Amino acid sequence: MTDFPDDPHKFAAAKPMPAILAVPPQRSALLRSIRRHPTMWLGGILLGAVVLMAVFAPLIANQDPAALNPAQRVRPPSAEALFGTDMLGRDIFSRCVYGARVSLIVGLGVALLASAVGMVIGLVAGFTRWADGIIMRVMDGMMSIPAILLAIALMTLMRGGSIFNVILAITLAEIPRVARLTRSAVLSVRELAYVEAAVACGTSRLGIIRQHILPNTLAPITVQATYICASAMITEAILSFIGAGLPTSIPSWGNIMAEGRALWQVKPNIVFFPAIFLSLTVLAVNLLGDGLRDAVDPRLAKRV
Amino acid sequence: MRDMTQDTTPLVEARDLRKYFPISGGVLGRTVNHVKAVDGVSFAVQRGETLSLVGESGCGKSTVGRCVARLLDLTSGELLLEGERIDGLPESRLKPFRRRLNIVFQDPFSSLNPRMNVEALVSEPLRSHGILTNRAARKARVAGLLETVGLAPDTMDRMPHQFSGGQRQRICIARALASEPEFIICDEAVSALDVSVQAQIINLLMRLQRDLGLAMLFISHDLAVVEHLSDRVAVMYLGRIMELADRDTLFSRPCHPYTKALLSAVPLPDPTARRDRVILKGDVPSPIDPPSGCPFRTRCPIATDRCAQDRPELVENAPGQHVACHYPDAAIA
Repeated sequence: MTDFPDDPHKFAAAKPMPAILAVPPQRSALLRSIRRHPTMWLGGILLGAVVLMAVFAPLIANQDPAALNPAQRVRPPSAEALFGTDMLGRDIFSRCVYGARVSLIVGLGVALLASAVGMVIGLVAGFTRWADGIIMRVMDGMMSIPAILLAIALMTLMRGGSIFNVILAITLAEIPRVARLTRSAVLSVRELAYVEAAVACGTSRLGIIRQHILPNTLAPITVQATYICASAMITEAILSFIGAGLPTSIPSWGNIMAEGRALWQVKPNIVFFPAIFLSLTVLAVNLLGDGLRDAVDPRLAKRV
Repeated sequence: MRDMTQDTTPLVEARDLRKYFPISGGVLGRTVNHVKAVDGVSFAVQRGETLSLVGESGCGKSTVGRCVARLLDLTSGELLLEGERIDGLPESRLKPFRRRLNIVFQDPFSSLNPRMNVEALVSEPLRSHGILTNRAARKARVAGLLETVGLAPDTMDRMPHQFSGGQRQRICIARALASEPEFIICDEAVSALDVSVQAQIINLLMRLQRDLGLAMLFISHDLAVVEHLSDRVAVMYLGRIMELADRDTLFSRPCHPYTKALLSAVPLPDPTARRDRVILKGDVPSPIDPPSGCPFRTRCPIATDRCAQDRPELVENAPGQHVACHYPDAAIA
């Protein structure tokens, strides 16, 4: 209870308070996003580099990836052949660069196709009670077979190693996972009051799916799609490695490794370089997926 | 208004409505029993009338609302909209009726899709029913609806999370009104709001009803709110209507012992006032296995052997007052 100044105007001349808290420096939106989701950006940049490499493969590769050179077989890395040459004298560096195309096309193709088909199946299962049991048991049956075995079986059935067949074989194995995820998302969303309100408003089933269900299931499926992309790249490499995938005329990281398999103790470079490319690309896609998941659902962020 | 139309066909009529939810059990998931959520409920709502449905939690009042809105399929019973049966209609043939009735839910947070803006939310019935296919006309209509419920039309581009609970409930009401329905079901529409906002929404509902001639099924557990806005009141207990009467009759001369107990539990604004409370003993029995005879008999202070054997029907005891009790005039000590 000290003395109050009787003249309130005394305060008018008071100096403004000095800032106690430092004003945080304003960062740009891009910087903030990188700070918040570093894995997403790291994965994105790495993947971007691989994509650029695939697109501009003819400019980057210094030799024809299919050109045979019997005089220059199994050479170690040199200035001419950065990664050395394989048993038929083909330049491994050029083959690796071109191999990115196969991996990316397969990864992306499988991710898109499996997500689209799986989503439709999941929507149907989640929305029609009588079909649910049948569809999900079929999906469970497909999931009980390891993806790689299923893909091998399908490749044998289709008797031909084209990129399209590889995509188809891997997609079929991945569909059940997307269908399951979509179904569970649909089941949780369709119990919400706004879906009931939409029914009361006379919105048709298709309208409800389009307006209310799909937008709310898209986020988890996008994340799942990146994981599918990564696993499809690995499955493709495995298929090519065991000879069930693409013919060696189309260079893929898997079949480059397959060719180097017999010599890997004496000439490890043949296997080593494509393996590095494959690992880095799969890592990039997985990092991107993890980052996306954290961005979409912050609750999961720190758990893994 | 109600008196003039009383002898014509009611707008909405429910006859012996039943809704049993199956309980599955065992390894095979067979149906082992049923929850009798609604067990023989009949009522009629005239044009422009408000019928309130009151009762404690779990008595089946919301299930009645959902059945009337055809969000749930009936187990048995009839549902009529202006004399036409709508209970068995498949969704495809139900559409013209959906336009004429709509529902407002309790929770204004979960009943609006968080990814849609106000314009899309309110215009949903317009788009679904193909009313006003022109986008500009639709927008104008949404603006008008928002104004009707007391929101500024320029809020149209905002998302639901930018609104408070009361404002969200206004959006829900605007959406329910969009297709110009004759009948609105308010399923605990004000229960989730705080008291001052509750009053605003109730006044809004009453004004809308007066201006638009709406009929309303008002589901609530709040007797004070019900007394304020209803024409008639139905008291539910364990899936059945115990008493259905004009508001004034019900609040001044309740007949059913359950109604008496409910009314005596309402707090009085005057702290010095005394009242003889009717304290009920025990809990509400399970709707899986309701008591024989009168469902209320296990907690009724005046129950006799007869109550355990005969189930009392809902019969007219006095003009405008229907009671399901064998001893409607007995005093409760």
